[in-house]
Amino acid sequence: MLAIGLEHFLTVAAILFTIGVFGIFVNRKNVIVILMSIELMLLAVNINLVAFSAHLDDLVGQVFTLLILTVAAAEAAIGLAILVTYYRNRGSIAVDDINSMKG
Amino acid sequence: MVTALFFYMFAALLLISALMVISLRNPVHSALFLILAFFNGAGLFLLAGAEFLAMSLIIVYVGAVLVLFLFVVMMLDIDFSELRAGMATYLPTGLFIGLVLIAELAMIFGAWITSPDALKLRGAPAPNDITNTEALGRIIYTKYVYFFEMAGMILLVAMIGAIVLSLHHRPDVRRQKPAEQSARRREESFTLVDVKPGEGI
Amino acid sequence: MDTVFLIIVFLPLIGAIVAGLLGTAVFRYAGSAPPQPAHHDEDDDHGHHHHAYEGPRWPMLLTTGLLLAAAVLSWYAFFDVVAGNTYKVVVAEWVRSGKLAAPWTLRIDTLSAVMLVVVTTVSSLVHVYSLGYMSHDPHQPRFFAYLSLFTFAMLMLVTSDNLLQMFFGWEGVGLASYLLIGFWYTRESANTAAIKAFVVNRVGDFGFALGIFATFAVFGSIEFDAIFAAAPEMAGKTFHFLGAEHDIMTTICLLLFMGAMGKSAQFLLHTWLPDAMEGPTPVSALIHAATMVTAGVFLVARMSPFYELAPLAQTFVVLIGGITAFFAATVGLVQRDIKRVIAYSTCSQLGYMFVAMGVGAYGVGMFHLFTHAFFKALLFLGAGSVIHAMSDEQDMFRMGGLFPYLKKTWAMMLIGTLALTGFPLTAGYFSKDAIIEAAYAAHAPMATFAFWLLVVAALFTSFYSWRLMFLTFHGKPRASRETMARVHDSPPVMLVPLYVLAAGALLAGYVFYNQFIGASEAQFWGTSIYRGAHNEILHHMHNVPAWVKWAPAVMMAAGFGIAWLFYIVNPALPEKLATALRPVYLFLYNKWYFDELYDRIFVRPAFAIGRLFWKGGDQKVIDGFGPDGVSARVLDVTAWTSRLQSGYVYHYAFAMLLGVAALVTWFMMMGS
Repeated sequence: MLAIGLEHFLTVAAILFTIGVFGIFVNRKNVIVILMSIELMLLAVNINLVAFSAHLDDLVGQVFTLLILTVAAAEAAIGLAILVTYYRNRGSIAVDDINSMKG
Repeated sequence: MVTALFFYMFAALLLISALMVISLRNPVHSALFLILAFFNGAGLFLLAGAEFLAMSLIIVYVGAVLVLFLFVVMMLDIDFSELRAGMATYLPTGLFIGLVLIAELAMIFGAWITSPDALKLRGAPAPNDITNTEALGRIIYTKYVYFFEMAGMILLVAMIGAIVLSLHHRPDVRRQKPAEQSARRREESFTLVDVKPGEGI
Repeated sequence: MDTVFLIIVFLPLIGAIVAGLLGTAVFRYAGSAPPQPAHHDEDDDHGHHHHAYEGPRWPMLLTTGLLLAAAVLSWYAFFDVVAGNTYKVVVAEWVRSGKLAAPWTLRIDTLSAVMLVVVTTVSSLVHVYSLGYMSHDPHQPRFFAYLSLFTFAMLMLVTSDNLLQMFFGWEGVGLASYLLIGFWYTRESANTAAIKAFVVNRVGDFGFALGIFATFAVFGSIEFDAIFAAAPEMAGKTFHFLGAEHDIMTTICLLLFMGAMGKSAQFLLHTWLPDAMEGPTPVSALIHAATMVTAGVFLVARMSPFYELAPLAQTFVVLIGGITAFFAATVGLVQRDIKRVIAYSTCSQLGYMFVAMGVGAYGVGMFHLFTHAFFKALLFLGAGSVIHAMSDEQDMFRMGGLFPYLKKTWAMMLIGTLALTGFPLTAGYFSKDAIIEAAYAAHAPMATFAFWLLVVAALFTSFYSWRLMFLTFHGKPRASRETMARVHDSPPVMLVPLYVLAAGALLAGYVFYNQFIGASEAQFWGTSIYRGAHNEILHHMHNVPAWVKWAPAVMMAAGFGIAWLFYIVNPALPEKLATALRPVYLFLYNKWYFDELYDRIFVRPAFAIGRLFWKGGDQKVIDGFGPDGVSARVLDVTAWTSRLQSGYVYHYAFAMLLGVAALVTWFMMMGS
């Protein structure tokens, strides 16, 4: 119990990931919170990678974490830019109105 | 002992803030709790020995990305109460999916073994005599330089994309046009008129 | 000499190909005016012809010239063959498949030589005549190409050396007939008539094809020399089919005769011939009077070694011929359309020929075929001349009194009528009366029956022929004043062929009597016609009682008298008679209701079956489960999947997360 092992990290990551998934379901109208939930899920994945990296003494996991951070930052930037543009055009960010993708 | 204490503290705070992120009505509060969650995540990284990642998470991620979230949330004039309206519609589905996932992930706890080959398959074993940052720096710029370059490219593209998407020429705002200003010539600007005395123009 | 026959046969083909392919390719329409038939059923106020022909004239002149050359060569060849020569000209190996060998060989004997001169002469005259008759038609090159194509096919038919080659020509003339009946393809009636001719001929051709199959099955060959040599051994032999024994030769002969019935428009398969008059009149003269319809007669003559061995089939031929002669003559009595009268007359005369064939007097039948070609073509071309003068009016009851305007045509029609009715010393007098005598001389029950039918038919023939003359040329004009004002005699290019044919109609009988059926007939026909040992019909013919010899002449005179009485002396009489005997009149006028009968028992059931297969079989089953069904299911699936693609972002997010959950579950369960 007191010795912190890989399992502990993984459990925390799993719970965090589930919270992220749950957040997407619950906040289906609010794009901003959906984006935040995605950030949470990515953090969970990062925790996993770092935990394994520490467990195996392998730095590759941390390199991957770095990559994921980069991609997550890019994704957040683009997502927010789209959101801003969308808001400018529609005056709202209610996702359930967005079905312009329907062919 | 102290490590365990910190771990539980970080983990508990992380999960509580994550829950707050998804459940609070006001996105501003959600963003703030997200920042808190990332701080605690960075703490977990520290406990796992990834000092460099922990620091970059706080400096780069929290300092830039999450603040960006905050900006956007505050900048857009959104009626958030309306966005919360249909919250309960998908709650059962979400709960079900969430429970399935957590049940399955929980099964890992205590029911996993390390492959005997795992140690042999390591890509870059961490050296013991140097710091985490130096070790990472050594492999990022050598063995994984292409990945690093690719990450840079992704950021560049994302930056350009974000600018292109959000750049907005408003017709009612007068802007400086440096190119036109510097390309301006004397002939276009004024004409010499020979005014005869007593006639005016 | 071989080359001469090759030239005769292939000149028309060359003409057809050149005129048909190049003549129309060189020819360009002025503007995009739709093709207009030269004959109009509706009144037109803008003059006679809307779209004059504006193309080059060489295709017509070329085909006509080639045909004239072929005709001249045919006469030359005819006299060479009559002198006692026979030829076999190998053209190509053509078909060789297993035991079946059908070399393309031209068989030239007296029979084919007679047909050669008939076909090429009438065809070339019709070509010349068409130069005038069709001069306003915008599709002349096509017309002349078809005519030449027909001539080629007919020559293939008559020069065939085996049954397959004959079948090729047989179908070739059927095709040309179809094309020419439907020449004015903008007219619906022409198209339906063409289809009708084709379909009715299919019935006969089916029998013909079965006859060929049976011949090959029995003899292992379809070449005439081989099967004729082997035929006597098969006489009286039977085969077992459907639980009964059948005579082989009788079966083959009946099957072949079925083809002859179709092509020669004999009773039961005659319905297409009157409708075929929808084609241009020169076509009626060439194909549906002089040549193609006599192919059946030629077939029986060619297969005489077979028919001599099948008395039952001969009896059947006599029966059908007699009934046809009588039936067609009765219908001809009351028709109003000038061309239909002649068409039924043709039908009737073909019946005469078959009677002659059936009683074994092949030479007599061929003689009538020969003379009939002249005077019937003459009558048709004369009728065409009348129709041409009357601004395309074909109803005789709207003619009348044309004699002063069309003296030359009248004279030609008169010669044709005299020849047809058998006026002494004209062609019909020799050939037709000989048939009647032959029927009497056969001394068989069926032949006697046919004899009486033929005698009565002779009366009817005389009546309707003179009726045609009187209604058309005499009495008061019944046409509109404008039409009468435009009446004019035909140009020389149309009259000259009439003169030639008139000469044939007058002289052919007298000149060739001796050769065809007279003293030197045995030497004339040589081996081309076979007569069994017991066949002494020609001998008996010369010993018939005097009243038999006089019967046709009496009938002719009686028919003339009645027609004179009905249409000159008292024109109101036919009306009264038709009213008094209304059911009979209607029965005859409606052609014994054959079309209605066939419509009931064949056409409508065929349509019903066709509709069943079309709607039920094809549309519902094949289309329903095939292409339509598949496409409908594809549409359903795509509609369903496109409903899945709602366009709402969170739906996609859900799908993604469900996928994540499913993937995790998958890995958990598979233990990897």
